[in-house]
Amino acid sequence: MKKRVLRAILRDLRPYGAYLAITLLSAVIVVAGQILVPYFAGKAVDCIPLSGREVDFSALRRALLGIGISLAFSAVFQWVLGVSNNAIAYRVLSDLRTRSFCKLSKLPLRTIDSRPFGDISNAVVGDAEQFADGLLLGFTQLFTGVLTIAGVLGIMLFLRWEIALVVFCITPLSLFAARFISKHTYGAFRRQTETRADETAFADEMIGNLKTVKAFTREEQNERIFEEKNAALQKASLTAVFFSSTTNPVTRFVNALVYAAVALAGGLFVLSTGGMFSVGSLTTFLFYANQYTKPFNEISEVVTEFQNALACAGRIYALLGEEEESSDEGLLELGHAEGAVSLDKVRFSYDPERELIKDFDLDVRPGMRVAIVGPTGCGKTTLVNLLMRFYDVDGGSVSVDGKDVRTVTRASLRRNLGMVLQDTWLKTGTVRENLCMGNPDCTEEEMVEAAKAAKAHAFITRLPKGYDTVLSREGVLSEGQKQLLCIARVMLCRPPMLILDEATSNIDTRTEKLVQEAFAALMRGRTCFVVAHRLSTVENADLILVMDSGKIVERGTHLELLEKNGAYAELYRAQFVSP
Amino acid sequence: MKQLFDCLKRYRIEAILSPLFKLFEAGMELLVPIVVARIIDVGVKNADKGYILHAVLLLAAFAAAGLAFALTAQYFAARAAVGTGAELRRRLFSKLQSFSFSQIDEMGTASMLTRMTSDVQQVQTGVNMTLRLFLRSPVVVFGATAMAFVVDAKAALVFAAVIPLLALVVFAVMAACIPRYRAVQEKLDSIYLSTREALTGARVLRAFRMEGEEEENFSKKSSALRAAQTAVGRISALTNPLTFLLINLAVIALIYAGALRVEAGALGQGEVVALYNYLSLILVELIKFANLIVTVTKAVSCANRIGAVLSLEGERETLLPPEEEDPSAPAVSFENVSFTYEGGSAPALSRIDFSVERGETVGILGGTGSGKTTLISLLFRFYTATEGKVKVCGADTKSIPVKELRRKIGYVPQKAVLFRGTIASNLRWGKEDATEEELLHAASVAQAADILEAKGGLGGTVEQEGRNLSGGQRQRLTIARALAGDPDILVLDDASSALDYATDARLRAALGAEGRTVFFVSQRVAAVMHADKIVVLDDGKIAGMGTHTELMETCGLYREIYRSQTEAEA
Repeated sequence: MKKRVLRAILRDLRPYGAYLAITLLSAVIVVAGQILVPYFAGKAVDCIPLSGREVDFSALRRALLGIGISLAFSAVFQWVLGVSNNAIAYRVLSDLRTRSFCKLSKLPLRTIDSRPFGDISNAVVGDAEQFADGLLLGFTQLFTGVLTIAGVLGIMLFLRWEIALVVFCITPLSLFAARFISKHTYGAFRRQTETRADETAFADEMIGNLKTVKAFTREEQNERIFEEKNAALQKASLTAVFFSSTTNPVTRFVNALVYAAVALAGGLFVLSTGGMFSVGSLTTFLFYANQYTKPFNEISEVVTEFQNALACAGRIYALLGEEEESSDEGLLELGHAEGAVSLDKVRFSYDPERELIKDFDLDVRPGMRVAIVGPTGCGKTTLVNLLMRFYDVDGGSVSVDGKDVRTVTRASLRRNLGMVLQDTWLKTGTVRENLCMGNPDCTEEEMVEAAKAAKAHAFITRLPKGYDTVLSREGVLSEGQKQLLCIARVMLCRPPMLILDEATSNIDTRTEKLVQEAFAALMRGRTCFVVAHRLSTVENADLILVMDSGKIVERGTHLELLEKNGAYAELYRAQFVSP
Repeated sequence: MKQLFDCLKRYRIEAILSPLFKLFEAGMELLVPIVVARIIDVGVKNADKGYILHAVLLLAAFAAAGLAFALTAQYFAARAAVGTGAELRRRLFSKLQSFSFSQIDEMGTASMLTRMTSDVQQVQTGVNMTLRLFLRSPVVVFGATAMAFVVDAKAALVFAAVIPLLALVVFAVMAACIPRYRAVQEKLDSIYLSTREALTGARVLRAFRMEGEEEENFSKKSSALRAAQTAVGRISALTNPLTFLLINLAVIALIYAGALRVEAGALGQGEVVALYNYLSLILVELIKFANLIVTVTKAVSCANRIGAVLSLEGERETLLPPEEEDPSAPAVSFENVSFTYEGGSAPALSRIDFSVERGETVGILGGTGSGKTTLISLLFRFYTATEGKVKVCGADTKSIPVKELRRKIGYVPQKAVLFRGTIASNLRWGKEDATEEELLHAASVAQAADILEAKGGLGGTVEQEGRNLSGGQRQRLTIARALAGDPDILVLDDASSALDYATDARLRAALGAEGRTVFFVSQRVAAVMHADKIVVLDDGKIAGMGTHTELMETCGLYREIYRSQTEAEA
């Protein structure tokens, strides 16, 4: 799993090869400079006598010049390194974010319907962000770290291989410690991520439906539940945060030991080699002892950061790897449909264990008005899902104009179907943007005309900025007004087929009458599926489908069905004739 | 920030101990260069191997003590930081729940959730790092400087020159970054909103083939965010090279000055090395400090945004002195009630005056914007009447604790929402300790028994917002949820709109048999015409009141509505 994620990350880094090269090159220069500074400093110290002799100022100036040059290069390229790294990290982040967002529209609705929204949106935003932070930190430190270790080791071997060996033997201790710690923190970080997702999903649900929460005075219970989740998160976080923060002190401890060992060995060498190994070299060594182990610190820091970033990346790539809807590529364009719809032996269920629709046959000629009635939960909404191809059938087929809907592109299919769902949904944006959603090229006149036809024009003009008023998620509009906008939105598209899902239930009766008229005009000559309860709709329908438990139990016209005196007649008496 | 400190205060012991132990650790580090200087100037100079060995053992002891101090400090810092984070989240959640609907609308759920998740996370990291480093770094820097002055005051003047310069660099970078981080965060909020919409609006966006456009918009937003992030990164990337440059220029100056001092006989070689080591120590510490500054500036802007939410005034309950309930009083009465929304120019309701006897069914009829929802909101005291009194069982709702009031009234919202959990856990919203029998009874009255059957009984799973149920199923379950609390008064806010007539009729019959006071709020005559009393609202005023028959005679508007509907249906 970790390997797969790493591979995916590397693949996504590939387009930034040029930046990577700059980063690498800068890292080499930075590290070389950083290593040379203490080397020259040691040389400079050697120009100062331990006792009694005169200072060699010309050698000292040369050594100090060496420091200056190394320093200048190192500083400039440090900045280049940082900038180049940012470029990589933020570009990869932006790519990932956009890709995972684009992925959302390719996910089957089945997937979206079955996940808490918060989980998915967290992956796209929060996780991506944390992943970039880890990547950013990781890149700089990993490159420079490894280079520093190699470089310092080389120069130490060159100066005095015996002491280098001492350093080399003790240092791996910090690596072991770091590995041990990171292995234990990965699980803790994952637990932290999971508990956090759970808490976020809960908060999302409750704050999003505050009215219901308040009506049931659930605030206190909610706080209690939240506190439980919060305590679990706190516990998981404490473990993750504490253990990951032990890496630093432990590696620092190993450093200090290395430092002491170098001081001992160096001191003894100065004595035994009689000036061959100078105090200046010892100074250089002591500095290196620090510099050599510091990258180990940083690498272990990076490793913990990486754990976190990997856990986040894991979820992003899981989202990206999520199975997509079958591709539209190579499918035909439906064009402007006549509006003939047929369902042939359709079998469908949301839950594989419970069959919902089976052997569903239906033939609708262009322009026919089909009313669907039946008890609540009889499967009417499912019909919308299938006609719009939000879900695919498990067996049989749905065809428009004789073409199986799976053989034409979804976009061309949906262009032919206007939909007004029971749940009104408007996007954050202006009224205009919402209205023109399905027909972005429409003229101002067309838009206003559609709004007028849907009786929405009057209230829109009363909004603070008219058609340019921005609607936020919960917004200022009443349910009824939202519904009017949804109707206007479809009116503007004039599709050959309509699906109306109890569309008018939230509009006041006086307006509703007018909307009905507008709808009647809109429906003329168009194939319509109306999930509605109005008697007039049912009476005027060319075909009534009476559904129960996902199956059509009766079909026919109003009069035919009344004559039949079956399920419809019973329903009719219960619904439309006052008791 | 005030809020943050307030939360941190709960962990004051940890917050004091952590930096304290960090200081001990720093102290251990500050002693090291002195010991090294002694190794050179005493051990090496006198060729005293024993001295060197002792000094090195001392170094190892410092290291061990440093480790112990550091681990202790890390633990306390983690406790304080994580605890503060948890406390902030708790307060945020509780605050968010106390907000009025208009406040929620104004802020948007998405950005509030960002406050609670990523902002708190940043603050937590900030607190953790601050406790660990914020005191330690300056102490190391100034400690190293002080030690340098002890070693040699004249050579140490280099320290005095370079440290203000370093401080200047660090603060200049910080000042440039803070406002830019804020801009980054705003862009991040908007990205989150788009993502949520892509999920909540998946059906509509797909139906209108908006996927491409949404993707394009998102991609633009994402690029803008990237640009903002890169801009900040470019500035903050200056910190490390600049500090590195300054410190090493100081090294050059120091060694040169040291050489002069040695020649003057005032200083030993080992002491020059010690001074050099102190500068290195400062460099290492400053790099950490610069990283800390980045973390802290991010954390501060996050903390400020959290603080802004926390300092908003939520709804506050102000209670009048309790009033006696009067068993003979009407179940609900509106006495000359008017209400104007905050910032509204015209009253949403004016002079509403009617009463409902116990056990009566009432229809509230009116079109969109007629004031139905407002009227119900006043009954629940989601809002408080601007004028007049709303009474429940004879007591002014202003004198009844909100919790008690809302327990008396069962609410079935227009938008049928259920919550992640089981059917039982949803029904228990009405009454937390309801028995299974009570739940089953409520479900059967609400015509929801068949849902239980289909979903595997009370333990059946309900997904977020009840997405695994159809609209009608959700609606019936929300009715069952309200009934489970056995409320005296039941309010159905246009609640049968997703039900078919047959189910609706059975529901009405079952509710009627229960003998509760029931409000049917609707725009349809059919939904209210059988009520004992119908209140017709128009433009925030009562346009008529009475039974169906009475209204047909007396109320022109009612007749009009009735006709428009029956004409359409008959």
